[in-house]
Amino acid sequence: MTSPLPSVEPAETAERLDVVNDFSIQVATVNGSGSQTANLVLLRSIFQMGVPVSGKNLFPSNIAGLPTWYTIRANHRGYVSRKKEIDFLVAMNAETAREDVLSLEPGRAVVYDEPLKLDALRSDLVFYPVPFDKIVAAVCPDAKLRRLVKNMIYDGILAHLLSIDLKEMEIALGRQLGKKPKAMQLNMGALEAGAKHAAEHLGKRDPYRLERMDQTTGQILVDGNAAAAMGCMFAGVTVVAWYPITPSSSLPETLIDYMRKYRMDKETGKATFAIVQAEDEIAALGMVLGATWAGARAMTSTSGPGISLMSEFAGLAYYSEVPAVVFDIQRIGPSTGLPTRTSQGDLLFVALHSHGDTRHVMLLPASVQECYEMSMEAFDLAERLQTIIYVMSDLDLGMNTWMSEPFTYPDKPMDRGKVLDEAKVRELGASWGRYKDVDGDGIAWRSLPGTGAPAYFTRGSGHNEVAQYTERPDDYVRNLDRLARKYDTARTMVPRPIVQGADDTDARVGIIGFGSSHWAIEEARDQLREESGLRTAYLRLRAYPFTPEVDDFIRRYDRIYVVEQNRDAQMLSLLLMDGEAQFAARLRSVLHYNGLPIDARSITDEILQQEPS
Amino acid sequence: MSTETPSTGKRLNRIGLDVSSYRGSKTTLCAGCGHNAITERIIDAFFEMGVDPKRVLKLSGIGCSSKSPAYFLNPSHGFNSVHGRMPSVATGAMLANSGMLAIGVSGDGDTGAIGIGQFVHLMRRNLPLIYIIEDNGCYGLTKGQFSPTADLGSKAKNGVVNELPAIDTCALAIELGASLVARSFSGDKKQLLSVLKTAIAHRGTSMIDVISPCVTFNDHDGSTKSYSYVKDHDEPLGEISFIPYFENIEVEYEPGSTTAVQMHDGSKLYLRKVAEDYNPSDKIAALRLLHETARRGEFATGIIYIEPDKDDFIDTLNLVDEPLALLPQDKVRPGKAVLDEIMESLR
Repeated sequence: MTSPLPSVEPAETAERLDVVNDFSIQVATVNGSGSQTANLVLLRSIFQMGVPVSGKNLFPSNIAGLPTWYTIRANHRGYVSRKKEIDFLVAMNAETAREDVLSLEPGRAVVYDEPLKLDALRSDLVFYPVPFDKIVAAVCPDAKLRRLVKNMIYDGILAHLLSIDLKEMEIALGRQLGKKPKAMQLNMGALEAGAKHAAEHLGKRDPYRLERMDQTTGQILVDGNAAAAMGCMFAGVTVVAWYPITPSSSLPETLIDYMRKYRMDKETGKATFAIVQAEDEIAALGMVLGATWAGARAMTSTSGPGISLMSEFAGLAYYSEVPAVVFDIQRIGPSTGLPTRTSQGDLLFVALHSHGDTRHVMLLPASVQECYEMSMEAFDLAERLQTIIYVMSDLDLGMNTWMSEPFTYPDKPMDRGKVLDEAKVRELGASWGRYKDVDGDGIAWRSLPGTGAPAYFTRGSGHNEVAQYTERPDDYVRNLDRLARKYDTARTMVPRPIVQGADDTDARVGIIGFGSSHWAIEEARDQLREESGLRTAYLRLRAYPFTPEVDDFIRRYDRIYVVEQNRDAQMLSLLLMDGEAQFAARLRSVLHYNGLPIDARSITDEILQQEPS
Repeated sequence: MSTETPSTGKRLNRIGLDVSSYRGSKTTLCAGCGHNAITERIIDAFFEMGVDPKRVLKLSGIGCSSKSPAYFLNPSHGFNSVHGRMPSVATGAMLANSGMLAIGVSGDGDTGAIGIGQFVHLMRRNLPLIYIIEDNGCYGLTKGQFSPTADLGSKAKNGVVNELPAIDTCALAIELGASLVARSFSGDKKQLLSVLKTAIAHRGTSMIDVISPCVTFNDHDGSTKSYSYVKDHDEPLGEISFIPYFENIEVEYEPGSTTAVQMHDGSKLYLRKVAEDYNPSDKIAALRLLHETARRGEFATGIIYIEPDKDDFIDTLNLVDEPLALLPQDKVRPGKAVLDEIMESLR
């Protein structure tokens, strides 16, 4: 692969090129060293300058001591997926510094802790040695705090080198530290000392700098888990049961914060919700099903290992037709796998979650905005369809910081689905059966305990239309066929895919993608068109089961690349399973499964390699 | 419902229902199964206490025991859930509608083996729930394997000897925080009825271990849960009299021989003592009793432990009085100003 930057002597770089608002910064540090504040200040400062920005935390499964990297990407065109190449390295971790430096493309810049002597490693990079210990000692008298405050010094150094106004950093710091004047003063001192040191000792020799733009006006910065938590609160969730697991925990934890603040009953001061940290994921889903069976809006949030434990209950929910919303913030698993690395590896498992004939509905958010909106949609669909709705997020979307347009307030009332009320009881009378399809959509009317509506006995698959136990073959088949009908109804209700480039009649190549891969796919499409003249159309899946648009799209193009973040082409497998067989040969895979968020360059390279020349 | 015009001549309870409103479908368990006797007592207790069946939730796990909710209280909503996981389903249901009265039926395998984790955490939470273990020391539906309450040294029909000590679910429940713990015997109509009535009046987890001999797999000489063994080794803690709050009967009990416990709803529980110093509100005494009787190969039966005023899980979570399930949209969807405020904080 050729670098967009020529390999030149570092001293000449600045004169030859000026790279404005289009580069990535990587801060390499040690887990638990308190660098998160400094990294978010840096991210937010760039955001405040109106420059599109994204931040990704590449962290180990560890509390303290293992290497961690935070990457920030600024891009004037609005690209927010991970950039494969690192342009500006801040090497704070002695353990990884050597490898971090050796992996850089020529011409890149390195800020490093002076004693690491990294400049001896290569002659084709721009090195900025910084005596961090000396600078921090001068501004932080308390030796115990120095490790934390040191991080703010690299922010100060970068402020000078990348042309970030210290005022912006002060504002960003204020948002992080809020009303802690002492901490504020200490950190500002470090910021200023870093900037001063850079101004006095580090002559600018790299090409990267920031300039103000107006591309972030009115936008917000948020992670997908917080966005989903908001969605749950505005969806009117009342019962939440969960078990801690990375990368899901921050969803219920943020939800707890929001609910305590905004969902206490004003008159009584009591909670309009119950949030329970369960003993495991089995119990979490069990509580959710008990709650929804009794009429509450309930959800749980987990990741792959939790999904594994929930399998039996998932089957029961499918057959007893009890609603639920389950968030799967996907990661690599199982158990001692890579719990802090992103993946889209649960698709097949969740689509068919549990044993026997089961089919589930998955929503596939690609943005923080969709995390918010699909959370609300999930509750409506769950109650309408009386089944589990899985919201398939992932670590990249859920835990990393994304820019977004502000979220809009729901304009539809809650859809509580087919629940018997007095009028319906009178209408249906003695003909009511809990599992009787009176409307032809496969969805029967359910009754809630404690409402005076007629009762029924809930159990697994062994029941007839009036919820009596049966093992008769014809009853069983009738029930299964109705459930299949219900699944077809789901197909008409789930979010439709979004197609881009459909009006480009010259495009012979289609791309199918979903979820957090979306941002890298958009960028890859530009790369393919601009660098190689390859025009593509793009369908972004937003739900499973697939809607008719998917087959229409596949029919229209010669080759369709299905981009996904797993090894076994799981989404492609679902497309083959559900789609029209004669088009199977058109489908190809672009797979990314190294645990890092997918990047555009990898997609572009892979598609070009598979394209006939 | 036909209950509005009950046939004449039938005994009605205080809410005007006859006992047929408390019955369920026909049992499919073996003839003579202890579980059927427990079902009968559940029907009697709910009928005599005048509980509205529409306000009752019936839940169970998997196993012979867990089939039984289909055999009582037909007008109540029931949920036959997953093996060993009834506690979580019951927890969710009660959080959704805390105004209900929930009864969960489990077995010794469903509780002590596959469900021990959920059992433990249910007891910790003191969820308002009557939790009944129909305890026969074996797996019936899968044909007679030992369960974790099978006694050490007891012998199965095929000659296999149980070499592991039994779990005492009562001791465990007391230790973990259940606020009413009782043990009874499916064949002791009077005691079991009183225990069940007490549990209906109690607010919190009522854990009732009911020894219920399995007539097919575990009612033989080698079994410590056979009818004959239990009859010979049952040590009642004393006669239990339960007086519901709506029956304002003056009962004369000799001071010194009787302990009176005031229940949460105003009912009164009288325990006529066998052991002079036994106090059912003393946790340590309760545990000592269980261990001492077990050492003698006996079962202490009756109300073993009770703590009527302990906070239940609904109190702990500080829930609004209305059922969460039935809160209207304006109570559960904050206004636009809240979203605006959150958006502002993220800019």
